[in-house]
Amino acid sequence: MNDLSDNEDNARLLAEATPGDNAPALSVSELSAALKRSVEDRFGLVRVRGELSGVKRAASGHFYFALKDENALLDGVMWKGSVSRLPFRPEDGLEVVATGKLTTYPGRSKYQIVADRMEIAGAGALMALLEQRKRQLAAEGLFAPERKVLLPYLPRVIGVVTSPTGAVIRDILHRLADRCPTHVIVWPVLVQGEGAAAQVAAAVNGFNQIAPNGPVPRPDLLIVARGGGSIEDLWAFNEEIVVRAVAGSDIPIISAVGHETDTTLCDFAADVRAPTPTAAAEIAVPVVAELTAMIREFGLRASRAIWRDQERARERLAALSRLLPPPQRLIEQRQQRLDDLADRLPRALAHRNVRARGELDRLAGSLRPALLQARLDQARTRLTAATPRPQILVQRIDREHQRLDALWRLAASLNPDLVLKRGYARVEANGHAITDTAQARKAGQMRLHFADGAVDIRIDQPGAGSGGASGPKSGPKTGGTGKPAQPSLF
Amino acid sequence: MTGKSFEDALRELETVVGKLERGDVPLEESLALYARGDQLRLHCEARLREAQARIEQITLNNVGAPAGTVPFDGA
Repeated sequence: MNDLSDNEDNARLLAEATPGDNAPALSVSELSAALKRSVEDRFGLVRVRGELSGVKRAASGHFYFALKDENALLDGVMWKGSVSRLPFRPEDGLEVVATGKLTTYPGRSKYQIVADRMEIAGAGALMALLEQRKRQLAAEGLFAPERKVLLPYLPRVIGVVTSPTGAVIRDILHRLADRCPTHVIVWPVLVQGEGAAAQVAAAVNGFNQIAPNGPVPRPDLLIVARGGGSIEDLWAFNEEIVVRAVAGSDIPIISAVGHETDTTLCDFAADVRAPTPTAAAEIAVPVVAELTAMIREFGLRASRAIWRDQERARERLAALSRLLPPPQRLIEQRQQRLDDLADRLPRALAHRNVRARGELDRLAGSLRPALLQARLDQARTRLTAATPRPQILVQRIDREHQRLDALWRLAASLNPDLVLKRGYARVEANGHAITDTAQARKAGQMRLHFADGAVDIRIDQPGAGSGGASGPKSGPKTGGTGKPAQPSLF
Repeated sequence: MTGKSFEDALRELETVVGKLERGDVPLEESLALYARGDQLRLHCEARLREAQARIEQITLNNVGAPAGTVPFDGA
């Protein structure tokens, strides 16, 4: 009875259908279905650009997310089948362009985009993601210099992870052949697009899992390579799965992804980064011709050195040998002396005999009886001359008498006591002659010798006190009795 | 010697040659040293001869593990 315009004025308790009403009440389902239809018809295929937010991968494999910009937010879902074809791993903050259709979810009054494709929204967004991922992995230490290991100098087996077709593997093989033909095992992988990252990571891990001495030789060096391309082309080598595989490899890895100006996270994680695949081959092996030449040079130098040593020793030996006299010379000299002596021996004996004979003859010649008679005559004459005669002895005794008398007269004239007869006296004390007053004073008691004897006297004025005291007591026992003067020669 | 890496052998060879050239080892010892140098040289040369081009491609079994190799036939 009332049209909708009446609603404001006439609020009614019950809804009633009125004839001619062009706004019949719809059920929620009807409206939702209608809404769904119109949304899906109108937005059957859209491309929408926005920043990923609330990224969640469900256990079912489906992938839920939201796209947002400053003012709006759109929920989205990507079914499992599409997720597997995604060329990158979606993460929060990444700006993407999602392609799909809009749909509603009537059960929750929601609308959302069902994306079947998703791309990163331009190189800028990709670079931003790359930087963010690089920071995160660097913080984990995957790029740390101390993780790097030295490459083998001459690898026995090189594992190459790259596309089996194209210029890259050819360049590597050519350069290896030029420098040092080496056993190479190629692990073919996709290097771009869907699944590439997983294949590269699987190849790196697979090479590492090869046991030594197994049916497949274990490489001692790996090269991960790809030609140049855009950042999207190289994106697989920025994926975390690849970075982790390369960083975790026990086998040393050279990374050669893209051209010199391209740098991927794989390059950072590898032990050595080569600017190009060709450069990777150059880094991997030395030039075998140079090595051969070097070894030959070493051999030559060793030979020269040893030859020089021996030559020097030989020369010294020769020089010393010249100084060493030949043995026969040592014998010769002695032989010569022996010969000489042997020669002289019989002659010396003969000579000696001749000389002895001469001597004998000479002596025997002078041994005659006349010689003996002459000596006897001589002896007799001497005996006669030696017979003593008395007058010779008498003469001698007279001569000695005369000499004795003369001597005696001389002695008597020299006797000091001769003058005593003329009134002189000789003074003495204690057996010594007193010749001046000082001695007399000192002596105190003296003996005076006269021609017929001696008397003792005392000096009454002694010069030094001791003389007076001792004087009387020590009077000589011979004093006064007069001892006969003995003529003396002195 | 067989287990010795090329690089180690080369380095030792270099040392041996240096010693011989300085001539400060007794003659008998220098002969032994020379013999050692010769061994090292042969070892190095053998290692270089061993290094020959052999280009193979890995083959995988059904679980993706290396099963063997076939000659590489890069296009």
